[in-house]
Amino acid sequence: MFASFMTSTWTVATIAAVVAGVVGFFIVLRGSAFVADAVPQGAFAGAAGASLIGVNTLVGLVVFALAGALGIGWLGRRSRHDVATALALVVMLGLGALFLSMSNEYAPEIYSLLFGEVLGVSSSEVAPVAVLGAACVGAILILYRPLLLSSVMPELGEARGIRSGRVETCFLVVVALATSMALPVVGALLIFSLMIGPPAAARSFTSNPQFALVLSVVIALVTVWTAIAASFVWNWPVGFFVGTLSAVSYGVGRGWAHRRRTRAVPSDQRQALAA
Amino acid sequence: MSSFLSAIFEPGFFGNQPVQVALLVGGLVALVSGVVGTFTVLRGQAFAGHALADVGAAGGSSAFLLGISPLFGFVGIGVLAAGVMEMIGIRRPRGRDLATGIVLGAGLGLAALFLYLDATFSNTTGATITVLFGSMFVISSSLIPMIAIFSLLALATVLVLFRPLLLSSVSSDLARTRGVPVRLIGVLYLLALAVAVSLSALTIGAILSTALLIGPAAAALRLTGKPGLAMILSALIGLVATWLGILLAYDSFYWPPQQHGWPVSFFVVTLVFLFYLLAQPLGRARLARSQR
Repeated sequence: MFASFMTSTWTVATIAAVVAGVVGFFIVLRGSAFVADAVPQGAFAGAAGASLIGVNTLVGLVVFALAGALGIGWLGRRSRHDVATALALVVMLGLGALFLSMSNEYAPEIYSLLFGEVLGVSSSEVAPVAVLGAACVGAILILYRPLLLSSVMPELGEARGIRSGRVETCFLVVVALATSMALPVVGALLIFSLMIGPPAAARSFTSNPQFALVLSVVIALVTVWTAIAASFVWNWPVGFFVGTLSAVSYGVGRGWAHRRRTRAVPSDQRQALAA
Repeated sequence: MSSFLSAIFEPGFFGNQPVQVALLVGGLVALVSGVVGTFTVLRGQAFAGHALADVGAAGGSSAFLLGISPLFGFVGIGVLAAGVMEMIGIRRPRGRDLATGIVLGAGLGLAALFLYLDATFSNTTGATITVLFGSMFVISSSLIPMIAIFSLLALATVLVLFRPLLLSSVSSDLARTRGVPVRLIGVLYLLALAVAVSLSALTIGAILSTALLIGPAAAALRLTGKPGLAMILSALIGLVATWLGILLAYDSFYWPPQQHGWPVSFFVVTLVFLFYLLAQPLGRARLARSQR
């Protein structure tokens, strides 16, 4: 499991988990889960296109993810956000279907792009992924305050002079970069569950944003590491473990929040009785 | 005249059995998606509609594995997913995205496993692509009666519930004061959506399912403010896009690269998107006229 050919997988997966935890926290806060699902699925079409014209897959992923994110932003200005996202997604997937029909890609290769592949990472991919990951986390740190404010209280943000349109565009670009780097390991269909499950669970445990952010990264790391180890041992797809563990962590978070609430009520009543 | 017609309809278009099945089933699914989709757009549930289509992949792949009819796999898992979404809170606007996303993630995780097992045990590597991208030209004609029954069921639900559904979609508070059981209506609609979407995901693939659910409805709602009319327009746009797409895909067999048809999903999606883009200036012109 820790043999030398696995080193780059572990490295890329760790970077991906940290980025997913950080970016996902804001995705959950802004309620843009659909975008986080649509961008990587659309980017998958880019991978198909890149293999058709013989370019590096990562380039195709980044180009399509960026185009998708900006397309969603552009369409979203004129119509409802979820409609814009759905349309951008299907247009990209339609292109993907075209590319796939023209190339002679093997089905298993497509499958591993969609659902993730433990051994799919070569050592030459580590450097670009690390750069992209650092760029994502750096952008989020720079945008931290305006992003938080415009996510939680958009009106107050506007009053403070934050241009929510511009913040939204920057955020979409970050989501695009984050998804395209995590895609080869976790798979196009399951990155977004890594970006939603852990942050949503973290938010059920604490209401302090900084602490929730850290917790979200920790849960994402645990999810990814467990998924890779389990996938290595049983040879089942990584995506299965990531999807299930994310849902489980969300369920545990919900259960915790529920228990805290139901326990809080009797103690209030006790206080009321005492008074 | 006949040479002109044969330039549009390549020889054998109407005599070809897969094409006939595709025209029939694709048209039916497009009509139902157009009608059901109008409310999906009005209620802001586009993500749920897309998620149910993708989750269908888990149902399809488990049906492959268990050897049961894919129809029951798709519809069963769609209804199940809709139930879970409802349970963990699709009603609240803030929790809705999250509830949908968590269910979608879990469903796709299962799909990953089932597809992997399919590929390992039964050596059907093409299953991934069939389930996800679908192809109208490989629908088996024995499925048509069941597809028709389920489609009409979903269609009837939406049409019967039209008034209370419309009221609770536009303003749930107003609906509640009028005595409409908003939650029950919401659940029934979600079930109808689940059935409609899983059928379209089964027959025409997850991509086209979302495209035909959202695109025509969004275009129609731009063209008219009347929900009833929007429904009819949406069904029509979906139908035209689907049939034109099938025709183009059939003709494209003779386009470059030679002897290799272009996928029908690509054409239908492109047409739907063009309709949507065209609807904007048309809708604006209508607004300007009505304001004058």
